[in-house]
Amino acid sequence: MQELIQQLINGLSLGSIYALIALGYTMVYGIIQLINFAHGDVYMVGAYVGYFCMARAHLGFFTSLVIAMLVCTVLGVVIERVAYKPLRNSTRIAVLITAIGVSLLLEYGMMFFVGPEVRAYPPMPGFMEASYNIGGVIIRAQQLLIIGISLILMIGLQYIVRRTKVGKAMRAVSQDADAARLMGINVDNTISLTFALGSALAGAAGVLVGVYYNSIDPLMGILPGLKAFVAAVLGGIGLIPGALIGGYVIGAVETLVAGYGFSMYKDAVVFAILIAVLMVKPTGLLGKNVREKV
Amino acid sequence: MTEILSVKQLTRNFGGLAAVSNVSMHLTQGELVGLIGPNGAGKTTVFNLLSGIYPPSSGTITFTRGEKVRELGGRKPHSICRAGVGRTFQNIRLFKDLTVLDNVSIALQPNEPNSLLASFLHLSSHQSAEVRIREQSLELLDIVHLRDKAGELARNLSYGEQRHLEIARALATRPTLLLLDEPAAGMNPAETSGLTDLIAWVRKEFDLTVLLIEHDMSLVMRICERIYVLDHGIVIASGTPTEVQANPKVIEAYLGEEVD
Amino acid sequence: MSNRYARIGVQVVLLALVYGIVWALINAGVIDDYIQATMATICINIILAVSLNLITGFTGQFSLGHAGFMAIGAYTTALVTMEYPTTWGFLGGVFLGAILAAIVGFLIGLPTLRLRGDYLAIATLGMAEIIRILLLNFDFTNGAAGLSGIPSFVGWTWLFVFTVGTIVLISNFLHSSHGRASISIREDEIAAESVGINATRAKTLAFTVGAFFGAIAGGLYASYFYFIKPDLFGFLKSIDILVIVVLGGLGSLTGSIIAAILLALLQTFLQPFPELRMIIYSLALVMIMIFRPQGLMGSRELNLASLTRLTRRGRAAEGAS
Repeated sequence: MQELIQQLINGLSLGSIYALIALGYTMVYGIIQLINFAHGDVYMVGAYVGYFCMARAHLGFFTSLVIAMLVCTVLGVVIERVAYKPLRNSTRIAVLITAIGVSLLLEYGMMFFVGPEVRAYPPMPGFMEASYNIGGVIIRAQQLLIIGISLILMIGLQYIVRRTKVGKAMRAVSQDADAARLMGINVDNTISLTFALGSALAGAAGVLVGVYYNSIDPLMGILPGLKAFVAAVLGGIGLIPGALIGGYVIGAVETLVAGYGFSMYKDAVVFAILIAVLMVKPTGLLGKNVREKV
Repeated sequence: MTEILSVKQLTRNFGGLAAVSNVSMHLTQGELVGLIGPNGAGKTTVFNLLSGIYPPSSGTITFTRGEKVRELGGRKPHSICRAGVGRTFQNIRLFKDLTVLDNVSIALQPNEPNSLLASFLHLSSHQSAEVRIREQSLELLDIVHLRDKAGELARNLSYGEQRHLEIARALATRPTLLLLDEPAAGMNPAETSGLTDLIAWVRKEFDLTVLLIEHDMSLVMRICERIYVLDHGIVIASGTPTEVQANPKVIEAYLGEEVD
Repeated sequence: MSNRYARIGVQVVLLALVYGIVWALINAGVIDDYIQATMATICINIILAVSLNLITGFTGQFSLGHAGFMAIGAYTTALVTMEYPTTWGFLGGVFLGAILAAIVGFLIGLPTLRLRGDYLAIATLGMAEIIRILLLNFDFTNGAAGLSGIPSFVGWTWLFVFTVGTIVLISNFLHSSHGRASISIREDEIAAESVGINATRAKTLAFTVGAFFGAIAGGLYASYFYFIKPDLFGFLKSIDILVIVVLGGLGSLTGSIIAAILLALLQTFLQPFPELRMIIYSLALVMIMIFRPQGLMGSRELNLASLTRLTRRGRAAEGAS
């Protein structure tokens, strides 16, 4: 029982990371029906920015976090404007292929400029190295940090989406871009904002992962990106609460599978979940059925 | 005269909305029947239910071809097509990047044998099937006066020609029942007149039963023997053209729409 | 009728010439091992590209998991040839691998092919990853270390035979009712269904056939390069193949062949700079999609008929002036 709780706590941290990344996927898919393959690599860039801030510029953790989020925000918007916007009227396959291209560009560009080797994050200030023992279950301060920061960011996102005008614009464009345009909403800027928010969250996730797992490399975004996408699909693609639920479920499942001795198969299990969801209920746990109009 | 299509209490819901509600219709062999109603009445939804694009939420669709009696509800479109129901679409759905000839050939080919091995090796059985398919396709194109454009890409045809090609393609499926969804949409009076003659001729030549959705009343009144009127998913009237024209409920449903 | 036989005759003669010339050059030592390796890569790329194009370009089913089929072919061929190191063993391995991949393709295809474009892409990617992870963890595949010392039976002859064979068979398939059915599904699946095409069956068929030939490419790879490991057949390999198909033109076999050659040459030249190669690849991918999404050939083909038309027009123009 204790073991289970321990695993679940570990799963919460991982789940928070997946949820943060999944939110970006789901928002972008909700608004322009694109699987942004490059999103996982934005997360990777965030991790590197955090690294350079802390290891080279010797900035504090929270400062680095904010800088990473800012850089990723800009990166996300630039990608959208340069690579996706010209293809707004192209086929789905064309945009997907472009997204793959951008993803590869980020990965190998990073490899080219900073080298492929794995880097370690510098040691964290004392308060972040602590761990607490509660009834035999060990909770590390970093885990609380991840869960805490993730929750704050997600609440912030929820506030923006539900309570602000721009958030309303995002929801409107998701439902019907043409109608939104007719209502005077600047669709282009709304789409860019969506990318901005999602990328900011991914950047934050990157720094948190760098701190928690301590190692970063240019290809670190591929697998977590895919798994976060699975999380978004599981919860219900296009739905923000879905990304949250999906993220935590995938985080829990992966941790449990690894914790009970099958860690070589943990990735396969996540992909199997994807296949299962697509087979049984492609709209995800929270999704509704939508049919093409003939 | 045998009853070829019997629709009973057909209903289709989308979420909370009843697009089609307890619609009942029947067609006898050889009839040319019209399905009219204001925009959004559910006419195309009825066609989509008949041709299998959505399954019914409830109700039955019974189709009789010769000796065989089949329930169509819930079947997939290709199976309904093979059973003998052909259709055209309101928004033309041709294979735009294929040639005119290929558009028709694709509809013809299910009637020819096609072993995988023969296809891979281009054996003589494949060759002779291809020749037959080509010949029959050209004959059908003749009917709609598109034979000389057989090699053109479908996207390069004029709008009226595309509508004709869709009809040729529907005929290629060797149907007993033909569903035409607004075949005259976007046509001028001269083209519409030509189309009306074509439909009448085709019906006689191929011994078809035709169910026709149209907004153009000149076409409907000229060739339809009976008419069903749909409004908000319900049949509000049915009968001969004269009966329907005089029906106050029909007039009320169309108030505000174009009057002919 | 005689026209058709004449066309086939000319093509056979041309192929025999190509085969013969290369064979002679190899024997004379003009084509060394290094060039041969590039040629092998070209041939394997062509088979991979043509088989993926069938699925994605002609039938419109976006598959991001083609490397998975290649892996099945490679590992089956490797294991069978290591057990039975003869030419028949090699051939048996290749065909067994192809059939296995076809079965897997069929089983995967049946449930997933009803998914929409981007979902299908992710599902196929997931499937290929599952295959790779399984190969990584089975004992008999030697896990991450891979299989080495695979007996080599592939030289110019088998490369030529399998490459030409693949092109001919797939081209024949496309110029048949099966091919038309595939293309109609790509154009408009609902319309295709409405004229009697069983879309599920046609899509699954294309997927299975594509898987079969993808595995053959894998078998050739294993037997020529005599070392394989699971990471060779990951997501990046699937993307490699996709880049070839997209560059050549989704829906053009000649495009796939030309692009396969170009990219194999690029890969060989840039071998000392792997990151640069990937940066060029990815930039090219984005550029193509923005500025020329139809790739080199669009959906046009270069064949004997179009070539003769070119020269006839040229001669006619000369004659007129």
